[in-house]
Parts: sequence; structure tokens; C-alpha cells
Amino acid sequence: MKRGIKLWGRTLLATVVVAVCLCATGATDPGARFDDLGHKMMCTCGCNQVLLECNHVGCTVSGGMRDELTRAIAGGQNDSLILQSFVQEYGATVLAAPTTHGLDLLAWIMPFAVSLLALGGTIYLVRHWARQQPAPTQARTPEEAQALETMRARIRRETGTREDGQG
Amino acid sequence: MAAFGSFALLIALILAVYNLFAGGVGLRLQAVGGGATRVAPERLLETARRAGIAGFAAVTAAAFALVWSVFHNDFTLEYIVEHSNIALPSAYKFAALWSGQEGSLLLWCWLLATYGFVLRLTDGEDKRLHAYAGTILAGVQVFFLILVNFVAMPFSLVRGGVAPPDGNGLNPLLQYPEMVIHPPMLYLGYVGFTVPFAFALGALMMRYPGEKWIHITRRWTMFTWMFLTIGIFLGMHWAYAVLGWGGYWGWDPVENASLMPWLTGTAFLHSVMMQEKRGMMKSWNVWLIFSTFLLSILGTLLTRGGLVSSVHAFAQSSIGTWFVVFLGIVLAVCAFTYIVQKDHLKTEHQIESLVSRESSFLFNNLVLLAACFTILWGTLYPVLSEYVDGTKKTVSGAYYSHVMVPIGVFLLLLTGVGPLLAWRASSLKSMRRNFVWPVVAFWVALIGCMVAGVKVWGDEGVFYAAVTWSLAAAVTTAIVSEFVRGAMVLHRQTGRNLASSAVLLTRRNTRRYGGYVVHLGVVLIFLGFAGYAFNRSAEKEMPPGSAVTVGPYRLVNLGNTEESNANYDTEFAQLDVYEHGKKILDQPMAPEKRVYLVNGQPQTIVANHSTLLWDLYVVYEGKNPDTGMPIIKVFLNPLVSWIWIGLAVTVFGTLLALVPTLQPVRVAATVPVVHANSDGRATAGGEGWPS
Repeated sequence: MKRGIKLWGRTLLATVVVAVCLCATGATDPGARFDDLGHKMMCTCGCNQVLLECNHVGCTVSGGMRDELTRAIAGGQNDSLILQSFVQEYGATVLAAPTTHGLDLLAWIMPFAVSLLALGGTIYLVRHWARQQPAPTQARTPEEAQALETMRARIRRETGTREDGQG
Repeated sequence: MAAFGSFALLIALILAVYNLFAGGVGLRLQAVGGGATRVAPERLLETARRAGIAGFAAVTAAAFALVWSVFHNDFTLEYIVEHSNIALPSAYKFAALWSGQEGSLLLWCWLLATYGFVLRLTDGEDKRLHAYAGTILAGVQVFFLILVNFVAMPFSLVRGGVAPPDGNGLNPLLQYPEMVIHPPMLYLGYVGFTVPFAFALGALMMRYPGEKWIHITRRWTMFTWMFLTIGIFLGMHWAYAVLGWGGYWGWDPVENASLMPWLTGTAFLHSVMMQEKRGMMKSWNVWLIFSTFLLSILGTLLTRGGLVSSVHAFAQSSIGTWFVVFLGIVLAVCAFTYIVQKDHLKTEHQIESLVSRESSFLFNNLVLLAACFTILWGTLYPVLSEYVDGTKKTVSGAYYSHVMVPIGVFLLLLTGVGPLLAWRASSLKSMRRNFVWPVVAFWVALIGCMVAGVKVWGDEGVFYAAVTWSLAAAVTTAIVSEFVRGAMVLHRQTGRNLASSAVLLTRRNTRRYGGYVVHLGVVLIFLGFAGYAFNRSAEKEMPPGSAVTVGPYRLVNLGNTEESNANYDTEFAQLDVYEHGKKILDQPMAPEKRVYLVNGQPQTIVANHSTLLWDLYVVYEGKNPDTGMPIIKVFLNPLVSWIWIGLAVTVFGTLLALVPTLQPVRVAATVPVVHANSDGRATAGGEGWPS
């Protein structure tokens, strides 16, 4: 039982590690970079929409921002520099999500930290409760054992389960 | 009508105050055995109950007065001027009731009064518990009636006293069919959680023995949950069809506000089963329902208080302070009652194994609460960042897609795992037997995705989509295997065919199998969500005769048209759609842009061709000011239909779970059945299921 759970745990951990590694990759071609960066910024006209999703008639801001982004990518700047230049021009609200340094790091860490703490705490509590359970009483009279076996046989018959537990 | 409405609201407030005080005094007298007082507590409680019923009539009269005023274009009322106009179609005049602050608070009052009315009429099951719940409802009602009487008055007259000839009209974004039903559904959900909250608080106050209060409130909670679910999804559909950005969920604070009580409500619906079956998690459940109610109020505060900015906040004002005070009072009452009465909530059993149904419920609760916390954290982070370093940061979908998707995937996993585990403890043997097919389905689906060309390792979104689809296959297999296993037993017992046995199985335990159907609906919804990773779009300036290609579709612009009516001016393009060179639609798609005459506000009307595989979603973005040519944006959004199908399945499952279970006919068993003696030891004999 324990070995099975450990195996499941390891498989899960390996999956998470692979997923995290894969998520760290970034876009390289200009079109994909434009799409990627355009979704990391907000339109600053007050519509509260992501830059590439601002679609209201006559928005005087998003068109200019898109052109600026295209020029910056064509100019060979890296993603970080481009985002920084937009922040300098439009303020921190231009970024669609908090950055990954300073206080902003807290925004990213907090959900996972709280989830992991709660998960760890719950596992600890459940194991603690499980250890506190009294051991099941084994002693049964022959009549009780016979009655239980009859009932088990009936359950097996009705659920189509074999004696070894296989369906 | 203004005077009538105002008077009705004042009467309603007086009745609610009486209900609160008479109910409170009556219950106190009952508790201390005050039979010797001049008025018997039972009579006092009965007058309180009747005051609650009369209060419903008064609030209904006020709501009627406002609707009547809208339909009769009574522009002597400030609210009607701000939210209606003469040319507004009749259906949207109804929507005016909830399109502004004052009207939507009145709607809240009316729904609460309606729930209270039903509660007070159905108090036969337990009069005392209903009296507690009714008094608590009256307390909540007093707060909202104070608001509509003194703070946000729907019957205020126009400034200067001179009625304008026409009103400013309804916000164009709200002039869409779903807006006639989306807010009432959402409010039915928000307001509805007040009822289980009132029962939980009342049961705790009176130290109600046993779990009967849960049985009484189960239907209330499920109905409420269903309405909130429908409300949220109608909102998604509205956003998809009206906002024209190609998506249905933008993680806007107002959207988040509706999701938070839904998450805690869902957690409550699951964990309450542990209390019913095993007497566990009593404190946890009480706090879950308290939190759900508090989050409903917080949602209203976020929507209306101006605390965070939102594209959906149609009715913001400085009313937030009132809600903060109310939240504080409710939290204080809940905490005080809990501290005083917590010895009443001692658990009867503990979880015995990490691998058990109870544990899976606990982890399910944990994930739902983690999701709720993450959303609350993200929603309030701009406020926090502004407070700490003076800069209001933006937290949009870009943030939530990173933090919420893993949580959602884990939740989907638990949806499949939970029902396969046994109560108390699962043996490795039974786990192997129950999990073998779901695990096979997972790997088959994952390999199928790869074979179909999905580059699982290429992109974060695609990776999660593939995992979601594979988990969806596993969970579906688990659910189907549960039905098949149960139906096989009945098939052997009764000789019916498998389909008939499955129906009988469901009828014998509608709650359990209705729940499985809800899970199936959730799977379909996740299936649709995962399609988002494969969205494609193209934007093009399109003179007549030009074409744009997206995926297998080619759209050819036949021409652009401008029209006008009394309500709005519209311009639209007509686009023929070809798939692999063959015209597939008889009528051209016609995305349009409207500009409403009364206030000059624009609105997008999306043209959408929906199939089970994908939506061809076309937006008319307006004309290029330099060339005068229309700009068309075309999205190809895979699997969106499955979200709406999933909602229908979820609602069906909820309704199924609400159907009373078929009582089995009890006949003498052909084999002895084990009974437990008072000392806990087993003996044979007695009755069993019909064979």
C-alpha cells in the first residue's frame, strides 16, 4: 500500500517538474513575440482590456501602443527591455500581471505557498487522525464470521466481483 | 407611483425591523423559559413571521412601482431618467430594474423577501429553527432596506423637479437578451445563499441537535448553487457575444466576485456530505457557509463599492462603506456565535485513512478554497500594492492563467478520483480495480493527442490542454464505470436490461448519481476551456470583394451596409463563408457595430457560427478612419460549444439530484444480513434489498 502511494507521489512529482521546465520556454519569432508581449500589457485608454484585445471603436491609444511594440521588436530589443520601456512611458499599470521581483513576487508566490501549506497541513492532520484510530476488533464468533462471509459472497455475486477482488 | 413605491419601502423596513426584534425577543424568551410574560413567546414569534410575510408584499409593491414607472416612462424619477428612454424595447425596460445601483439593491431586497416568504410559509418541519432563520433573514433584510430607503433610493425625484422629455437610455452593453435573465439568476444565487447561512447560524445559536438542519437546507443550497452557476455562465455567454474580444472570461473583479461564493458553495455541498454521513467537519461546514454568504456580500461590495476597477461595474458608488460595516457586523456575529457554541460542533468521527472518500472530500475542499483564495488575492492585490508602494498594479488574465490553471487541473483530477474511493479507507486492491480503466483512458487520450499532432511539450497552454483532455477522458471513464457497475448489480438482481437498470439505479439514489452527472457536466466544461489554448485569429481591413482566411474557413466580404432605427444606428458587413472552397452558410454572417442615439455609446454585435468543433466568431471592429473601409477580426475558437453543453448537463444533474429518491420496497431477504448490536458486534438476520 505504502509503496504504491510512494510510486504515485513520485510520478506526480516528476510530472510537475517536467511541466514547470516546459513552461519556462519563451517565444522567439517576431509574430509570436508580438502576440506574447501584446498579451502581457494592458491598453491604457481606461477600457481595462489587454492591449491586443482592446477592440472598441476609435480607441486612440491601443493603435499607437501596438505600433510602438512592433517598432521595439523590429529594433532588436529583448522582451524585458521592451516591457521596461512601456512601464517608463505608461506607468506600472501597463503590465497585465505583476512582475516577478520585489513586492510583486508575493503576488505569484502567495497562492502556491498557501495551497502547499494547506495541503501539507491537511496531510499531516489526516495521518495524525488515522494513527489515533483504535485497531479494528478481530475477534468474532464463528456465527458472526459465517454471517459476514455469506454477506460477502452475496456482494461478490451481485457486483460480479471475483474472490481476489478483480471485476 | 414614486410616492407609492417610497411608502411601500418604508413599510417594508418597519415590518423587517419588527420581524427582527419580535423574533429576537420571542426566541430569547423561549430560550430562558419566559412563559410567564404578558405575551407568550410563541405568539410573538408568530407575529414576527407574519410581519416577514407582509414585508414580502410591501417589497413586491415597491418593485412593481419601479417597473411600472419604467414602462410608463416616468421621467420624474431620477433612476428612470438615468437607465431608460422612450425608444428602449420592452424586454430591456425590465433590465432597467437591475442596471443601476438603486434598482439592483431593490431587486436584492425583493429576492430576499421572496426567499423569506417561502421559508416562512414552509415552517412546518421545525418551527423553532425556522423562527431563528427567519429572524436572521430579517436582520439582513433590514440592512438592504435601510440602503434603499436612505442611501440609494430608487424613487428619488429628478433634481430641479422638472422631468426631461426623454431618458439617457440603458447602457448599450446591457441591451442583449441574456441581460434580461443573467443578473436575476446571479442575484438568485447571491441572495439565495442567505437562506442556508441563516439556517446554519440559527442552528448554531440554538444548539440544534443532529444534522437535520442540513437536510432542511440541502434543497435551498442546491437551488441557490444552480442559479449562481447559471448566472455565471450566462454572464460568460454575454461577455462572449457582446464584448467582442473573442473570450468569455476575463478575470475581471466582478466576474471574480461571482466565482468566489460559487467555489465556497461548491466546497460546502461536498463537505456537508461528510457531516451527514459521518458527523464530521461540523465547524468546517459552518464556516464554509458563513464564508459563502460573506463572499456574496463582498462581491456586492466589489461590484458597487468602487474598491477595484472593472469593465462590468455598471453601478458603482460610494456605498462601499455601508457594505464594509455590514460585513464587519456579520463577521463579528458569526465569530461570536461560533466561539460561544463551538463545543456543540464536536466531531463524531475522525478521518481514518489518507486514501478514503473523506480525504478526497477534504482535498476537494482544499483545492476549491485555494482557488477562492487565489482569486481573492489577485482581485485585492492592486489595492494592496497601492497601499504598500503607492502603485496600483494590474492583475489580469495573464496572471490568473498561470496560477489558476494548475489548480483547475488538480480539481478535475479530484473529480475523477473522489468517487472511486471508499468511505473510511480504500484497500490497494479496490483502488487497482477502480482505477485501472480511468488510468488507461488517461494514457490513451494523451497518446491520442500526440498522434493527432498536439505538441504537448511545446507550449504551457497546449500542455495543460492535453492534460485536461486526458483527465477528462479518465474522469468520464470513472463516472461511466460507476454507472455501469451499479447498473450491472441491478441487472443481476432484477433481470432488467442495462439501460433500464441504470435508470432505476439513478432513481434509487438521485443525489449520488445526479452528482455524477454534474461531474460529467464539469468535465465537458473543462473540455471547452482547454480549447482556448488553440484559439486562432486574423484581423484585416476588408473592402467589398476581399477575403480573409482562418483555419479551414475563407470569409468573403459581400459589402457593407448602414441602417438606422429609433434606438440606434448600425453598420455591418455581410460575409459569405466557405470551407474548403464550398459555401457553407445560406445566409451571410453579419457582424455589426451599433451606436445608440440617446447617448452615443457603441456596441459590438458579434456574428458567430458555432459547431461542436469550433466557433467561427466574427467582429466588426469599425471603419479605418483613413480609408473608410471596415476592419474585420475573425476568431476560430475551438470547443466553445462544449462549455454551454456542459452547463446544460450540470443543470440537469443538479435537478436530478433534487428529485426525491425512490424508496426501495422492503421484502424479506433470501440470505441472512448482518446487523450491528448495541455493543457494536455483528449478528445475522433481518431484512435486505429485494432480490
